[in-house]
Amino acid sequence: MSLVMWPWPSSLFFVLGVPTLQETIQLDEAGLVQALQRGDETVFVAVMDWYSGSLLRLAMAYVPSRAVAEEVVQETWVGVLEGIGRFEGRSSFKTWLFRILTNRAKTRGIRERRYEPFGLPGSDSDGDEGPSLEDSLFVAEGSGKGHWVDPPQGWEPDTPERALLSKECRTAIEEAINRLPDNQRQVITLRDVEGVSAEEVCNILTISETNQRVLLHRARTKVRRVLDPYVRGGHT
Amino acid sequence: MDKNFKQQLMGYMAGNFTCQEVAALITDYLEGSFTLSQRLRFQMHMGLCFACRNYLRQMKYTVATLRQLPSEPVPVQVKEELLKRFRTWKQEQSSQNTRLNSQ
Repeated sequence: MSLVMWPWPSSLFFVLGVPTLQETIQLDEAGLVQALQRGDETVFVAVMDWYSGSLLRLAMAYVPSRAVAEEVVQETWVGVLEGIGRFEGRSSFKTWLFRILTNRAKTRGIRERRYEPFGLPGSDSDGDEGPSLEDSLFVAEGSGKGHWVDPPQGWEPDTPERALLSKECRTAIEEAINRLPDNQRQVITLRDVEGVSAEEVCNILTISETNQRVLLHRARTKVRRVLDPYVRGGHT
Repeated sequence: MDKNFKQQLMGYMAGNFTCQEVAALITDYLEGSFTLSQRLRFQMHMGLCFACRNYLRQMKYTVATLRQLPSEPVPVQVKEELLKRFRTWKQEQSSQNTRLNSQ
């Protein structure tokens, strides 16, 4: 019997997709907030398990060390408990949660001299100095102006899952993200790594849609360049 | 055929975008912020340019790879500490409610 049963959960995930938080706790957004307000421990643990990894990753884009980022995540959940009674649903719970984190992370980042808010002297509004990284990929002058210097080739292996099997490749990507200017790192972490919608990213980081796309583009371009040598034909 | 005319014709067929312009617009395209005419011009270029098609695939691959990164592990101690805080908070809440009800 067990032999017949064991592949079921994973095959069901394959067919139905990985369950969302709402499906896991079987509550909609309003139900989730009410459960937290009345102090339902099971729901609190499920919500904390669901979001803490993402919160930690985002906190690390503001503060200098993982230890401080973990403290920020703790402070965020304490903030949730303090504020949940007054939560009115003007934004989604997720946006509200991440906004608490960014506010606390900024305060900690400034104190630890890691984070410089937008608009301070010396901090570029899009987080980059000098010409775009992409410029060097194209012919600058003459009849071929605007064409590829070295036309991009197809990449192998054919799936990202297989590329990430190489620890070296994974480390290179993570280091590339760590080296990004803070605001690019925050955007790419939320939008691509954590899969948050563009609209929510704008609300969480309080930036415009255009600014979100510019920062995202710059960040993706840099990560693509780092990934390139690992996935060019023949290298795994 | 006049070389200039040929270049102009090819440029027109390729949506009047250079490869450099297309590369700079890839995230706008992927994020769905194009108007219909921009999207058509972009796709015309893609239809004719093998290198840009590869670049677009590479960018999609990059995004998919980022999405597959393993999640950041949260130490058990952090979770245990939070659960403790939660229980203290709940106790305070219920004692507050009892006080309010008895008043």
